[in-house]
Amino acid sequence: MSPFGRARVLRRGVLGAVLATTFLRAAPDAGRIHLSYWEKWAGIDSAGMRAVVAAFNEAQSRYVVEYLPVSQIERKVVVATAGGDPPDIAGLWAQNVASFADNEAILPLEDLVRRDGGTTDQWLARYYPVYADICRHQGRMFAAVSTPATIALHWNKALFREVGLDPERPPRTLAELDEFSRRLAKRDPATGAILRLGFLPQEPDWWPWLYCAWFGGQLFDGRAVTLGTDPRNLAAMRWVAGYTRDAGLASVTTFASGFGKYGTPQTAFLNGKIAMMFQGVWFNNFIQKFRPGLDYGVAPFPAAQAGVEDFTLAEADVLVIPRGARHADGAWEFIKFVNSHNAHAQNRSELQGMELLCFLQQKNSPLRDWSPFFTQHHPHPHIAEFRRLSASPHAIRIPDVGVWQEYDRECKAMFERVRLLVATPEEAIAYTHARVSASWARHQLSLVRHGQLAEAPSPTRAP
Amino acid sequence: MTPRDRRSLLSGLGFTSLWIVGFGTFVAYPMLASLFYSFCDYSILKSPVWCGFENYQTLVRDDLFWKSLRNTLFFAGLAVPLGTITALSLALLLNCEVRGRAFFRTLFYLPSIVPVVASSMLWLWMLNGKFGLINALLAPVLAPFGLTPPVWLADPAWAKPALVMMSLWGVGNAMVIYLAGLQNVPRELYEAAAIDGAGAWPRFRHITLPTIAPVIYFNVIMGLINALQIFTQAFVIAEGAEGNPARSTLFYTPYLFSTAFYDLRMGYASAMAWVLFALIAGLAWLATRLMRDSLH
Repeated sequence: MSPFGRARVLRRGVLGAVLATTFLRAAPDAGRIHLSYWEKWAGIDSAGMRAVVAAFNEAQSRYVVEYLPVSQIERKVVVATAGGDPPDIAGLWAQNVASFADNEAILPLEDLVRRDGGTTDQWLARYYPVYADICRHQGRMFAAVSTPATIALHWNKALFREVGLDPERPPRTLAELDEFSRRLAKRDPATGAILRLGFLPQEPDWWPWLYCAWFGGQLFDGRAVTLGTDPRNLAAMRWVAGYTRDAGLASVTTFASGFGKYGTPQTAFLNGKIAMMFQGVWFNNFIQKFRPGLDYGVAPFPAAQAGVEDFTLAEADVLVIPRGARHADGAWEFIKFVNSHNAHAQNRSELQGMELLCFLQQKNSPLRDWSPFFTQHHPHPHIAEFRRLSASPHAIRIPDVGVWQEYDRECKAMFERVRLLVATPEEAIAYTHARVSASWARHQLSLVRHGQLAEAPSPTRAP
Repeated sequence: MTPRDRRSLLSGLGFTSLWIVGFGTFVAYPMLASLFYSFCDYSILKSPVWCGFENYQTLVRDDLFWKSLRNTLFFAGLAVPLGTITALSLALLLNCEVRGRAFFRTLFYLPSIVPVVASSMLWLWMLNGKFGLINALLAPVLAPFGLTPPVWLADPAWAKPALVMMSLWGVGNAMVIYLAGLQNVPRELYEAAAIDGAGAWPRFRHITLPTIAPVIYFNVIMGLINALQIFTQAFVIAEGAEGNPARSTLFYTPYLFSTAFYDLRMGYASAMAWVLFALIAGLAWLATRLMRDSLH
């Protein structure tokens, strides 16, 4: 073969290889719209959502969802949205909804719901009321639930047995929680060092504001910050300080500094350093992983107020469509798919949408209606308790306030100062109330400046 | 300007144009934009609205601004002198003719190339109040006096000193620069001083220190800038912008970061950034003034 002939063959060969590679790769998604989906999860949670994404991609031929795990997702979504190149779908936290909505970073979903026929109230009626509320900000729908959770008291039955408590009977009132906690506490007879505590409010310290709500306190009344004006919030912080005083500041600080990081085998509850702990439905995944066979129970929060039983915090990860998303219609189709389910599923392969996700993630479904298979064969041994709590009239959500990130951080600082006896509960609450009230006034002023609010900021109430 | 000069200028600009464009795009424009935003109500997600000096006025009334500034100055005030003394002392020791000198130089330099996040995680364990290595060593020493070691990062009184102690871990860089400076001190000066009967301290005081003064100046300025911008260690150890325990480790840049990216107050954060810039520039100027007479 002449050199020219060889070159021609070579060129054709390379061209053929490139075309073949292109078509072979493109064939399965040819003509379909690609939707980018940023999600924060890893591990079992990620695997669950990937299965739902695969089911969506298989169930229709118009869209292909591309799942991309992203750390620090809320910040990256902010930057991408500001830069005009956000994902089509973002998996955020419930606490982001109000702030993102006020900053016009996410799209309201009313138009998309209306286009399908119906109202947002009708659409959200599929959820237990507390989860429906999570999707709304100022009465408008901005999000849909992707993974729900409710929080409950977890107790170690073996430790209850050890101190002569009935392992099948968790504390039912606040007084009982304190009493059981005292009985479960254990000290080194020689040194007096704490070896175990029944309960410790700081473990974990994720929701210090929740203690206020548990005591019946209100944090925000829709117009003003009420942290410092509701005496029940003060009662909650006094109760927190009481735990440090009872155990001794130095002893409890030394003891707690030995706790391992949450989500490791050294988690205080998992290695028996703490006998009772408030945790979410996800905690069973850690128990299965690090302490399989741990004999534990799940119960509602002990009643801190007369007549208020089955108190819980309902949390959720949410799906939103960032402003500037290229394929909002496709994103909405995916969100609807995730929030669908097969009410008649009789086996694992018949689970769809939300039930498939929650089954794989071992969490409760936020939907009111559960299929027979999901109800009877759920892998979480205490799922019925979490379902009951989801439906509770005393299930609460994160307050719907645009400065919640700041409010939450201030509450954590308040809790730290109280539990470390750096400040009295009165001082800590008054200080936090003043700071958050100022933030709220500034936030309203910003909304007025940007034409999102007509009236001037309301005056803040002094505690 | 002659045609030759003009051609020369254009050639020069042509060769440096890439850098000029890069500097303008990635440094000058963001700096000027942040200066503008510092006078605006700006969240990054909505259009900026001019609000005059409001952000700067709010800063003056912001408790956390002052707290984070105090914490940062406390840290810098301890970390910079201690770091300077430690790095210079190590350099002096490693400048001596001792067996295994190269090995020790490498040994003391190594920690400074460990990523800050990794070393912070390591220090989290070392400073653990109950199971930490440091307390395991301290406890038997303090026990005969009826004392117990502190719980370091869990105690608001000890958390900042613990971070200062941790900062000494990374003195290797400064040590190497001091070492280079020490090797440039002319031998004949030491020989002349020795002939005159000068001991070790007078030789250090009157020969070494004046000769390496520019190196000390450089390291102090760099150390000061780094200390005032402390972020990664604080972010890893003190759980981000929380500044735990009880905000005792809330430093300036983590507070700035949380204000910008968690609270979405980019205008306010820009004002904070410019105040920090002014502070660093002011302290650098002050250090230059104080050391002016010592620099040769």
